[in-house]
Amino acid sequence: MTTIETHASGSQVHATSSDSALGAFLVGVGAWATTTDHKRIGRLFTGCALLIAIAAAALGAVIGVERISATGYSLLDQDSVTQIFSLYRVGLSFGVMLPLLLGVAIAVVPLQVGAKTVAFARLAMFGFWMWLAGVGLAVGSTIANGGPGGGSEKMVDLFLLGMGIAVIGALAAAVSVVTTVLTNRAPGMTLLRVPMSSWSALTGGVALILTLPVLLGTLVYLYVDHRYARVAFGGNKGISDWMGWSLTQPQTYVYVAMGAGVLAEIAAVVSGKRQVLRPVLLTGIAIVSLAALGGATQVQHGVTWTNTSGSDKVKELIPFLIFNALPLLGVLVVLGVSLLGIAKSKPRLVPAMAPALLGLGMVLTGMVGHLVALFGPAQLAGTVFEEGEFIYVGYGALLIGLAAVSYWGPKLWGRVLPSSAVLGISGLAFLGTVLAALPMYIAGFANQPANVANNFSYSGPQELWNTASAAGHALVAVSVLLFVLTALRAFTAGEVAGDDPWDAQSLEWSVSSPAPSNNFVSTPSVTSAEPLLDIKPAGGQ
Amino acid sequence: MTYALPAGPRPAPRRQLFMSTGIAVAAGTMLMGGMLALWLRFRAAAPTRPSSDGFKLIKDWLPADLKMPEVVTNVGILSFLVMGVMVQWAAYAARRGDSKHVVAALSLTLLFGIAILNAQAAIFVQFNIGVASGTYQSMFYAIVGTLTVLIVSGVVFTVASLFKSIGGRAANTDLLNAHALYWYFLAAAYTAVWFVVFVQK
Repeated sequence: MTTIETHASGSQVHATSSDSALGAFLVGVGAWATTTDHKRIGRLFTGCALLIAIAAAALGAVIGVERISATGYSLLDQDSVTQIFSLYRVGLSFGVMLPLLLGVAIAVVPLQVGAKTVAFARLAMFGFWMWLAGVGLAVGSTIANGGPGGGSEKMVDLFLLGMGIAVIGALAAAVSVVTTVLTNRAPGMTLLRVPMSSWSALTGGVALILTLPVLLGTLVYLYVDHRYARVAFGGNKGISDWMGWSLTQPQTYVYVAMGAGVLAEIAAVVSGKRQVLRPVLLTGIAIVSLAALGGATQVQHGVTWTNTSGSDKVKELIPFLIFNALPLLGVLVVLGVSLLGIAKSKPRLVPAMAPALLGLGMVLTGMVGHLVALFGPAQLAGTVFEEGEFIYVGYGALLIGLAAVSYWGPKLWGRVLPSSAVLGISGLAFLGTVLAALPMYIAGFANQPANVANNFSYSGPQELWNTASAAGHALVAVSVLLFVLTALRAFTAGEVAGDDPWDAQSLEWSVSSPAPSNNFVSTPSVTSAEPLLDIKPAGGQ
Repeated sequence: MTYALPAGPRPAPRRQLFMSTGIAVAAGTMLMGGMLALWLRFRAAAPTRPSSDGFKLIKDWLPADLKMPEVVTNVGILSFLVMGVMVQWAAYAARRGDSKHVVAALSLTLLFGIAILNAQAAIFVQFNIGVASGTYQSMFYAIVGTLTVLIVSGVVFTVASLFKSIGGRAANTDLLNAHALYWYFLAAAYTAVWFVVFVQK
């Protein structure tokens, strides 16, 4: 008996069961809306996240244009500036980073661990719809003069309600992913043999489960207070203060943590060999998730080092390093070990490697920036330098998401994205990220204030940096749009993928492309961390 | 080319429901822990003023006309003690395959769960201050309301477990262990809220 099954045809049966085109369309929509197939749920998450990414990047461009002139171009109403900044941060955090990588995990993890489906598939589906409805409510209410600093009481309430619903949805999906890795692994697959992406889904999922409930509790307090009393949390203006930690570093590292293993996974395939220093890599991925410490405690541990003795400096330095430098160390380990494996081999071309490497590099740049910003003598607090960190981390996660879709696309859709398109679009998105974020780093040193769009005093070349940043955001929006269009075309009418197009190592590549509805006909047996290399002629040697 | 891996033996049961309940309990612990932490922070930051005799400082945290329904909250925590025995009885009976005892234990659990919900309703009725009248009040309703929602979910879990047991799945140890774990979490959460919010205030 083998683990091979012919291509899935269940969905096609549904689609053609009705005579009329409209009927077939409605049946198809219904099948997608109520699906318990983890691959479809994952695709819904990632698809929606990519669409929101286009909107978020476009919003970033609008903010950049507004900042070009000190008096503003009046694209934005002065009263709505706080809401626009919040909308951008909410969109990039809860609309892009979190669902993009969570969706990839839902689609890929069961295939990687040898499971027929995700644990509690209906819970994952519930999570998707809750997240979508919550983000929709939060964005819609902010547009209708709600959100942090909003003028409409009911819309502010609706924003808080929407955020709470989105958090519950993300939690439900994360519980489903973590349970899958813990309980649905194939025989012989110990936790040390779990593929890197599934490992990062586990550790990142745990970090989400430990931090998002803290946000949920805060949102409950904020909602009750704003709805009824408005005495404790500062009303609509206080919302940013109380939930702001969930939209900035180090909590954003938690949203990215699920993607930390994507680069390691692809790098091992590029090298064509068994993973070197595997336990070190697993530790590095897990360390990234320790960002949850900073998120759950909601305390920014900075270093002032003014008029303090040597021992006081050390006392400040230790929590600063524990809370902020550990995730950075984790990313460095992941990058270092991944590149070491490639350096010791004859690398092969896997296009997804480019966006994965560039994405994690951008996340690393954001993390380094966060360390610098918390270093008191640098005097960067309250400047756009902090916005630069957020952009690096957010768009870095987006690049990792593009890499994941490119890499696992053949297994999810049965077709391959053109290599040249993947490389070109990731290069554009990388350029856009650097253009959008680096000027903010530079302008931060020149004291351009954060979260202010116009009427600010600033000594630097304001037009230059803010024009570059606006162009960068626009470039990212165009890149993601191009990626979505290319993916739509390639995944519907592109080159048909083989079952193992990348000559890969993990279980998902042992089934047909696209993966059948129940993944595996019979449960595969695993004897190493790279099960496909065990049966391939070269064997990764 | 497709690579065929050898089929493995049927995997041993991995206690999926128990594991996921454990994860949900971790999330619930962070939820209640975070809310209690904010409660303590606001209480500590409440303004102080000297007493009329000038010998001590009074913290302006509690409303002057507050009447905490302490009897009801104490009955609630005692009910959780009994509940702990009931859910463990159900789990023990499931391990022995004793369906009658499972159904009896779950029925009593449901009864006590409803009683606890009744006590929660009594707290809201007897708590004589409106939600909109101050910081303490709005935070009280938020945290006790969240706890009540968690207890409602526990009662729903019990109803589902009871129906499954009546339907012939009384020996499902994974289900009843998960059920017991969730109620232990609720007991711990209630105890923490009881001590911080109802006793220490």
